[in-house]
Amino acid sequence: MEERKIRVLVAKPGLDGHDRGAKVVARALRDAGMEVIYTGLRQTPEMIAEAALQEDVDVVGLSILSGAHMELVPRILELLRANGQGHVKVFVGGIIPDEDVPRLLEMGVTAVYGPGALTEDIIRDIRAAVLGTTA
Amino acid sequence: MSLAASILAGDRLALSRLLTLVENNDPQGLEALNELFPHTGRAHLIGVTGAPGTGKSSLVNRLVLHYRRQVQPAPRVAVIAVDPSSPFSGGAVLGDRVRMRDLSGDSGVFIRSMASRGSLGGLAQTTAALAQVFDAAGYEIIFIETVGAGQNEVDIARLAHTTLVVEAPGLGDDIQAIKAGILEIADILVINKADRPGVESTEKALKNMLELAHPLRRVFRHHGRIEVIEAPSTAPEYNSWIPPIHRTVATEGKGIPELVESIARHRQHLLESGDWQARERARLQAELEDLLRETLLRQFRSRIAPQTYEQVLQQVLERSLSPWEAIHLLTNRRQG
Repeated sequence: MEERKIRVLVAKPGLDGHDRGAKVVARALRDAGMEVIYTGLRQTPEMIAEAALQEDVDVVGLSILSGAHMELVPRILELLRANGQGHVKVFVGGIIPDEDVPRLLEMGVTAVYGPGALTEDIIRDIRAAVLGTTA
Repeated sequence: MSLAASILAGDRLALSRLLTLVENNDPQGLEALNELFPHTGRAHLIGVTGAPGTGKSSLVNRLVLHYRRQVQPAPRVAVIAVDPSSPFSGGAVLGDRVRMRDLSGDSGVFIRSMASRGSLGGLAQTTAALAQVFDAAGYEIIFIETVGAGQNEVDIARLAHTTLVVEAPGLGDDIQAIKAGILEIADILVINKADRPGVESTEKALKNMLELAHPLRRVFRHHGRIEVIEAPSTAPEYNSWIPPIHRTVATEGKGIPELVESIARHRQHLLESGDWQARERARLQAELEDLLRETLLRQFRSRIAPQTYEQVLQQVLERSLSPWEAIHLLTNRRQG
């Protein structure tokens, strides 16, 4: 009857202190009818995986501007799988060099967004990834 | 293994899954709830309510830390943090975890954010059911943090055994923030951010309001003479609980041990006075009645043709029927 609510964890792993982008995305997802759990700055991969487990999210959105994505993302993916949450779709946004994008996708990231990405695209991709596989 | 059995065995992923199913009113979730219900009734449910910006999440963060680190043996603690859903999109940004990062990495703590999903009164419709799941899963202390609209959040008093009402100095009119129902539901009053100016006047305002709600025998000096005003005979003196007022600075952990002490005393008071049983009874009765109302409404609507309902609604809209006449018509038609 009621449309299934998509739950998204928006997290900022690592040490950079800029969360404007994460907040803009969180708001846009809310306005698209999703339930967004926002965890704040400077999260460790362990904290993010734990929050994803407790909140039973469909999607984890990671905002990374520090350049540490090649360390942080694989660790988070690994922890999610270890917790039995391999089905959770992981999206990455931030400053990601072009050459890293295919490697992230290969690891299991669903999509990567750089500066200038449109929130409508992110919303559309999340809906497709979540509802397309489980609906 | 069934979902319920996995949860009883301590599987956190299963627990998390069930919380989602229950929140979505999924039949599978209901089935597991039925199986878990005999295991409930052990947890101490602590409600935390108060206006936005009073520091409810930070307070809960500190309280949980205290339970986990200072209380022996440390109880397992769950937190249900309710935030409002947007009435326009139905979406929500749930940000209470930001203030609870200290609790990360402790497997004896489980935090779950919840959107109110259109429900008023500070809780979501399924908050009580989520608390039951945590109760059955062996969480001995369950904090329920309400939306924080400030007034009108009385549902929490029905659900929780102990309700904390959180205030902070300098939030404008002190009386305004706590007027009407919100003060009456307080079992414990907390003035958080007590290092801020204005704490004296906030405490004074609270004391005055408490005095109105719980009149006591008072002895004081008036023009040098000692005067006594007896408490009105209607005052429930014996075994009544007068809400204590606590000052805390959650961000620094000040006043937390005393507050935890008060919470324990309140629990003791409930058990000794028989109020624990009375509250449980009232709560379960209210829950039954809500379910009954919902079920009857659904059954009724399923038996009545949508066109008929629409016709009657149209007549009410045209003012040719009053809502009461409409109901009379609908209910009689159903029986006939």
